[in-house]
Amino acid sequence: MQQRRAILVAALVAGSLLSAAAHAEKTLSALFMAQAAYSEDDVRAMTSDFEKANPGVKVKLEFVPYDALHDKIVAAHGAGSGGYDVVLFDVVWPAEFASKGFLQDVTKRIAVGDIPKVFPGAWTTVSYKDKFYGMPWILDTKFLFYNTEMLKKAGISAPPKTWGELEKQAKIIKDKGIVKYPVVWSWAQKEAMICDYTTLSVSYGGKFFTDGKPSFHLGGSLEAVQYMKASIDAGLSNPNSREYEEEDVRKVFSNGDAAFALNWGYMYNMAKDPKESKVVGKVGIVSAPGVDGKTVASAVNGSMGLGITAKSANPEEAWKFIAHMSAPATQEKYAKLSLPIWKASFSKPAVKQGQEDYVNAAAKSLEVMAARPETPVYQELSSILQKNLHSVLLGKAKPDAAMKLASDAAAKLK
Amino acid sequence: MGSAATARRMQAWGLLTPMLVIMVGITAWPLMRTIWLSFTSTSIGGEPAQWVGLENYWQALSNTAFQESLGHTLYFTFVSVSLELVLGVAVGLLLNQPFKGQAFARALLVLPWALPTIVNAMMWRLIDGPEYGALNALLVQTGLLEDYRSWLGDPDIAMEMVIVADVWKNYPFVALIMLASLQSVPADLYEAARLDGAGTLARFWYVTVPGVMAPLSVAIVLRTIDAFKVFDVIYVMTKGGPADSTKALSFVVYQEAFSYLRIGSGAAYAILMAGISALLIALYVAMLRKQEGST
Repeated sequence: MQQRRAILVAALVAGSLLSAAAHAEKTLSALFMAQAAYSEDDVRAMTSDFEKANPGVKVKLEFVPYDALHDKIVAAHGAGSGGYDVVLFDVVWPAEFASKGFLQDVTKRIAVGDIPKVFPGAWTTVSYKDKFYGMPWILDTKFLFYNTEMLKKAGISAPPKTWGELEKQAKIIKDKGIVKYPVVWSWAQKEAMICDYTTLSVSYGGKFFTDGKPSFHLGGSLEAVQYMKASIDAGLSNPNSREYEEEDVRKVFSNGDAAFALNWGYMYNMAKDPKESKVVGKVGIVSAPGVDGKTVASAVNGSMGLGITAKSANPEEAWKFIAHMSAPATQEKYAKLSLPIWKASFSKPAVKQGQEDYVNAAAKSLEVMAARPETPVYQELSSILQKNLHSVLLGKAKPDAAMKLASDAAAKLK
Repeated sequence: MGSAATARRMQAWGLLTPMLVIMVGITAWPLMRTIWLSFTSTSIGGEPAQWVGLENYWQALSNTAFQESLGHTLYFTFVSVSLELVLGVAVGLLLNQPFKGQAFARALLVLPWALPTIVNAMMWRLIDGPEYGALNALLVQTGLLEDYRSWLGDPDIAMEMVIVADVWKNYPFVALIMLASLQSVPADLYEAARLDGAGTLARFWYVTVPGVMAPLSVAIVLRTIDAFKVFDVIYVMTKGGPADSTKALSFVVYQEAFSYLRIGSGAAYAILMAGISALLIALYVAMLRKQEGST
């Protein structure tokens, strides 16, 4: 009897506490990604810092894989209010999200004085037609990682500066039997493959559109595909790359099964972590190579931004949260898996320490960072590219024919 | 007398009303709405929708991605349901025999079926891994395969690997139904058949098969419906790749509606898909009727 009364009292107390909390608090709902860049733990830690500083606001976090991110944002918009307040979005979506009205225009919320303090590549991530639709948050590109020990064993003194050199070095390493497949990429039929393709394509001076028409089958855009195919045919690139995404690349490289890997910056500190890697102390990082006479280095803009959804009922709190997440102090504290968007942060000891190579490579890459094709129908264009590229890599189609098909199909998109 | 009957009828309707309201609300209304959408140009965040008649349907039928994915889906459905049937019947018969550990084996049978599809797909993706996968290790160590190879990255075999994952998860359903229906076949029929001189095969064909046919056909129909709308196992294992070789119909529907934001044509794709599925079921039912008529 007494026990029952105790339970009753406890329930009443809990109930009144809960209802009091509900009156005082606003809950934001935020959508993030569990893949590359900041880890889920980092995002949770940043968020709890925010909640401590803003007692009236709670943030409900949701994490999805990159592949589900776009469709989640879209579906939540279609479902009306009650969706997310804050969403993480990729550099390739602002055209679509802005023209369809999925995100709030936040141009007025951004301090004019902050604009020159952030890298220009980061701003392109959140802008469309001279307006801002969010705050850049992840500033990232694909880097060339190399296994210093394997290069040394092969008698190679410096990592490659051009794709041609990469091929030569990979051949030496393969011929000496140091590793079976020296290079590993993320060439599964997914967005990751388009990022690698863009990196190669821009380094060959490729243009995705010529006179407003898709030109994936011309010049550098085609040479990039030929390079990819030739590298698999020669046994220099791991044939399994064709089913790998970023995490698979990380595992292969960290397991000591590759001399070179193209991947996002987050891999640097994970490959140096003994719990995650067998190549600790052997991790080298440089900007992705260029092409003789054309480019000195190459990089794809893989940045992401945080925006407020059009239907959010709490835009003020949402912006406060975004401002906290992208503030220099927050970004400098969690700079191991994703570098800050702020120029000044790059010279701060907290950011540089223990990862000078990564920061130096990033500074160089940021100068040449190029965009993937810009269009409001990016998702569909990307699907077309993915399918045709994959057919080439799998030996089901010739590079020129497949890329011509891609250009023709892309030209029909509305 | 007449008024009492009317009152009873009224009472019946009254009792049925809540259920009818729920059915209209959660089944009929969304269905009608989907049908309506399929005749419009509705898109998420796009211009106001317009009536476009059958245009979405023509677009779907002339879309090569739709045609190819229909082929993939039919192949997936046919092969995986056939395998599940053969394996399910065999295992059902086996587990019907008394042996030591029978109860344990039966409990084990339920395990794959009870696993969430996503977990199953993730597990098979790991098993089929080209570099660190268990399948490669097994085949190479037993000498069946010379060298590690790619399974899910090879367009000629990726679909078969997805089918293996699906069969592993779903054959227990057929086996369980088989097992349950075997219990209901009267033992004296076997006895009589044996006295008449029927061998093992004859007993299986003339006693067991007719006895389990009805429940098994229900299992086949359910599995067919389920296999035809396959999505999650493919989404996790291959995401439609390599080079679109595992892209199933429901994947195309999803992409059209949520990746490309064209809800109108997405709805038309979905209706077509449901139509084809209904056609398959009708075919089965007709075949079963014919069979029943002949025996």
